[in-house]
Amino acid sequence: MAKMSGAKALVESLKQQNAKVIFGIIGGAIMPVYDALYDSDIRHILSKHEQCAAHAADGYARACGKPGICMATSGPGATNLVTGIANAYMDSSPIIALTGQVSTHGNSSSYVIGKDAFQEADIIGITTPITKFNYQVRSAAEIPKAVKMAFHIATTGRPGPVLIDLPKNVQIDTAEMNFSEEIKLLGYKPVTDPHPVQVKKAAELLVKAERPVILAGGGVTSSNAFQELLELAELLLAPVATTLMGKGCFPENHPLSLGHIGMHGNPAANKLILEADVLLAVGTRFADRSTGRLDTFCKDAKKIHIDIDPAEIGKNVDVDVPIVADAKKALRAIYTVIAEKIKKKEDSTWLRRVKEIKEQCLNNASANSTSLRPQILLKTLRQIIPEDAIVTTEVGQNQMWAALHYKVFKPRTYITSGGLGTMGFGFPAALGAKVACPDRVVVDIAGDGSFIMTEQELACSVEENISVVVIILNNSMLGMVAQWQRLFYNRRYIAVKLGCVPDFVKLAEAYGAQGIRVGSLEEFTRAVKSAMKSDVTTVIDVPISPEEDVLPMIPPDRGLNEMIVG
Amino acid sequence: MSLERMHIISAVVENKPGVLYSVSNMFRRRNFNIDSITVGPINRGDLARMTITIRGDEKTVEQLVKQLKKLIEVVKVSRLDAANAVAREMALIKIHAPETKARADILHYVDIFRGHVVDASPETLIIEVTGGPDKIDAFLDLMKSFGIKELVRTGIAALSRGSRSINIKSDEDVMEV
Repeated sequence: MAKMSGAKALVESLKQQNAKVIFGIIGGAIMPVYDALYDSDIRHILSKHEQCAAHAADGYARACGKPGICMATSGPGATNLVTGIANAYMDSSPIIALTGQVSTHGNSSSYVIGKDAFQEADIIGITTPITKFNYQVRSAAEIPKAVKMAFHIATTGRPGPVLIDLPKNVQIDTAEMNFSEEIKLLGYKPVTDPHPVQVKKAAELLVKAERPVILAGGGVTSSNAFQELLELAELLLAPVATTLMGKGCFPENHPLSLGHIGMHGNPAANKLILEADVLLAVGTRFADRSTGRLDTFCKDAKKIHIDIDPAEIGKNVDVDVPIVADAKKALRAIYTVIAEKIKKKEDSTWLRRVKEIKEQCLNNASANSTSLRPQILLKTLRQIIPEDAIVTTEVGQNQMWAALHYKVFKPRTYITSGGLGTMGFGFPAALGAKVACPDRVVVDIAGDGSFIMTEQELACSVEENISVVVIILNNSMLGMVAQWQRLFYNRRYIAVKLGCVPDFVKLAEAYGAQGIRVGSLEEFTRAVKSAMKSDVTTVIDVPISPEEDVLPMIPPDRGLNEMIVG
Repeated sequence: MSLERMHIISAVVENKPGVLYSVSNMFRRRNFNIDSITVGPINRGDLARMTITIRGDEKTVEQLVKQLKKLIEVVKVSRLDAANAVAREMALIKIHAPETKARADILHYVDIFRGHVVDASPETLIIEVTGGPDKIDAFLDLMKSFGIKELVRTGIAALSRGSRSINIKSDEDVMEV
């Protein structure tokens, strides 16, 4: 027990949680916390917009698996976090958001909650549907417990964002602090161990399966179940498709890898998953962008669904064998049961079929190899940057091209806004990832439209010495929407033309970053190599054709079998 | 819709500010349309019990229960079997009844439905009636012809019959970190 201010207790509690870095922006209602931070060795990174602080915390968490922390003042500071929090919620990313709040009570002023005080916003009300949990601290003594609870909830079970709202008087008030108090959560007990009966049922289905397919989602990454997935796939000789969020959880240069399914999925993955007789889905919520029309999605396959969140079981897709558990434990358990029963069978009809389809689809993907087309650029990028380089993406065509043409070999090296589809996510997430993994190359694959949304973080990157590479696939368009207008709205282009504004090279230079415009594949290669060595962030502007579509594509509300190939 | 019937769900929740908000907010966000919700503290001061009624198919209700359980502040959720539960609600009904003849009729019906007159003025009566929702509906139908001035219903509170109950064993169910 020790007597100290709420702000000091907050910083102590963060240290206890092993917090190394906070992304945030200061403001009136959070000043006591910042003042306490002055004396601590927790690094504070001054973002230039709170949304980016949240995205950076998210990128940090996804890159290293530890919770990311973001902080903002009350009112607009807190509401600016909202998109970042919603993004983390949709992709089950563990972030802790700390917000200042006006005081709970005051003696002589109306600077109190409920009086529409200056910079007051009901951030608890606003973030209730987009946080795993949120909590307004009402007295200083609660702070150690609140922080412990926040980290526990954010990182266990299905991870997700937790927000702690800190009224200013609570930050200032002093109290006897108990840092070792146990927390009691009556209503929170995530099940992590798979039920043995369900495991046995799953194993039986898989052993008998003639055409098994594994569908791996972001949950595999959350639970670090990479090795377990690999071993089970190799034991079963089952091809592995991923969702967009699962990209990276299975090496895409592995012979059993099919790539990702979905609206812009790999043709081989979209085709073969529909041929499966047994589907083992792990850590996926069967999102609409992954499955396409549900009535045509694997309708004849027996389905096994492993998820740590019971609410995901049966939410979108009815399954035959539900397993509520941590992915790592469930995959391990299934492996153990199956290993006793089967020996690897090498050359099955199914594997020959898989190989055949994969080769067919490979041919579809070949293209003119010298022009500055996204496919070529991304394949070239893969050859230049190290295997363990971390790639983030923005949202739109850039993201889908990256998903299709940039192969990921290592876990946690492909970071993308899968659920919320937040344009502007990639760049701040790249900064967060670089802070988490300073020795790795970090590349944001961007579009011009997305990059403009958070480009001000160039200032943060230069000022805080966080150097990443931004590759802008620049078609002077909001390209994905333009593609939809081209395909589904009879080319009636509206609100998609961005023009050649700004000049991204000059923009980068204005911030003290490096800007390079490239006109050929050779220049591109040279630019990326120079960017990897650069001490400052490099923005590589790559002009591409505004008419370029992302293909293949499943039109909205259609099944994975209705692929437009081009 | 033949598959849509009424379901009763009981939830034991933490008795803290904001819990009702997070529960009702989840219903709205997940597109669940609930009929009624009642809340009150139980014999353990840190907990409260909610009774929620919803019309929907089996899948919807199952999903609602799972989403409820997912909320951190929700301690336990159970579905009550309508055939094997006691469900009650109360209604207060203010009736326009200035004439003696009508009053006599009303009092007669109140008696049949085992209600009470809890307030009377020269112009109006307030009647309290308690029972299952069907009984209250039936009583309200009768009262329509007299002229209902105001009506308030509490929504359903329900418990399982017999020894079945939601048990909160304080030690066992506590997650310790």
